[in-house]
Amino acid sequence: MVSTILIIGAGQAGAQAIDTLRREGYRGRLILVGDEPHLPYQRPPLSKKFLAGEMSAERLAFRHQAFYDDYGVELKLGLRALKLDPAARQVTLSNGETLGYDRLLLCLGAAARPLTCPGAELAGLHYLRSIADVPAIQERLKPGVRVVVIGGGYIGLETAATARKLGCTVHVLEMADRVMNRVVAANVSEYFAHEHRTQGVHIVCNTRILRLAGEGRVERVVCADGSSYEADLLLVGVGAIANMGIASEAGLACDNGIVVDEYCRTSDSAIFAAGDCTYHPSLRFDMRVRLESVDNAFEQAKTAALNMLDRPTVHDRVPWFWSDQFDNKLLIVGLSQGHDQQVTRGDPASRSFTVCYLKGGELLAVEAVNHSKDYMAARKLIAERARPNLDRLADPLVALKDSC
Amino acid sequence: MPTLHFDQADGSRLTIDAPLGVSLMEAARQNAVPGVIAQCGGACACATCHVYVEGSRVAALDPPEDMELGMLESAWEPRINSRLACQVAVTAALDGLVVTVPSAQAV
Repeated sequence: MVSTILIIGAGQAGAQAIDTLRREGYRGRLILVGDEPHLPYQRPPLSKKFLAGEMSAERLAFRHQAFYDDYGVELKLGLRALKLDPAARQVTLSNGETLGYDRLLLCLGAAARPLTCPGAELAGLHYLRSIADVPAIQERLKPGVRVVVIGGGYIGLETAATARKLGCTVHVLEMADRVMNRVVAANVSEYFAHEHRTQGVHIVCNTRILRLAGEGRVERVVCADGSSYEADLLLVGVGAIANMGIASEAGLACDNGIVVDEYCRTSDSAIFAAGDCTYHPSLRFDMRVRLESVDNAFEQAKTAALNMLDRPTVHDRVPWFWSDQFDNKLLIVGLSQGHDQQVTRGDPASRSFTVCYLKGGELLAVEAVNHSKDYMAARKLIAERARPNLDRLADPLVALKDSC
Repeated sequence: MPTLHFDQADGSRLTIDAPLGVSLMEAARQNAVPGVIAQCGGACACATCHVYVEGSRVAALDPPEDMELGMLESAWEPRINSRLACQVAVTAALDGLVVTVPSAQAV
């Protein structure tokens, strides 16, 4: 009999698990622990509308306090889970409190990967992961302020776009030969770099950071090729690492994240995990992945909640992602790793085009730039393992849904 | 605050007071309206806040942009009065609006 469910982590996954558990009829004790003092809130706007000051903190929250009261959720916010004892089925919090559980859901999220070059210990380095990171960045985003962003990934580019819109002078320093190189095709990278440059952002690729310099706080970024960039504000977006400390210390299997099976169950049968912290099997793509996305947090939390109620449910989804930069929307669905063919639909110069990836004739992934129609069609087709006709696929006048 | 009615496929209705300045989706989510999933939180990236707007009043709303239209095409059972709730702003003019939630979302 499951009478106490404990959720550690009050982000997207934690909030979703509560929703599913209560809607599916779970009436037992439900406790949500979060290390931030806030009700569960959305992270994606932190680098976009919220950073730009176009969205209030109140609007970031998924639900108001009344929802948690109505749903009978014991909120323990501003507290960290310090220790997990799977044998005793107990979690100890930073206030010394010990909570027992019948089922435990770990939604620990991910943390910004720290920069490790000399000078990284100086004051004035900013990372953007949570609400608490925002004010110190936001107050400096004024016309003429020199912003240097290390890392040309989603966070780096989205923040660069926001800073530029607010009138800052922005340099993005990227180690690879193109921006977003791990997640998109070369022509998509090229398109976004061009968009940024058109808006006045300086994108510098093939740049290795040698050290950060400054008197007491960062003033300058020095690169391996001898170039250097003066910075009034330095933002670091060089990836994220799964939070799994209490899980690995408790002996749960961990490898790049908390290892779970397709039921979102960890190596302990009473403990589940969901979201950015998990290293999980993707059935559609036949590999293990760790994904940092709203969609994955949402879907895994839903699956985990059902399994915690002993309703066997498999997590078998096609993941999707998005990014907003200036007035461009990048929509991605599927995982392109292992593709053997790549087809571009439409002309990037039209500001709306789609890159399709195939493997053995099956549609594997799609990157749609300002093209929601292709993206939505691809979500269905990829799940169905559809096999497009290549001539029709390459013809942007044929709807993607009609290419199979 | 305008009053909005959310009707479900099973005939049940939830009536809420929606604050001005948020989207129809945010008003629904804050009030836990069933079926308005809103996975992406209003980025027009998922089509899981798809709703049907009362037919006689759909023309009074700001029309959908191309991005929304493209999403709606593959939403769950789209109709002529389909909208993504995240793209509709709550204004005083919406008072009394009846919004119908589809029987499923395209997730």
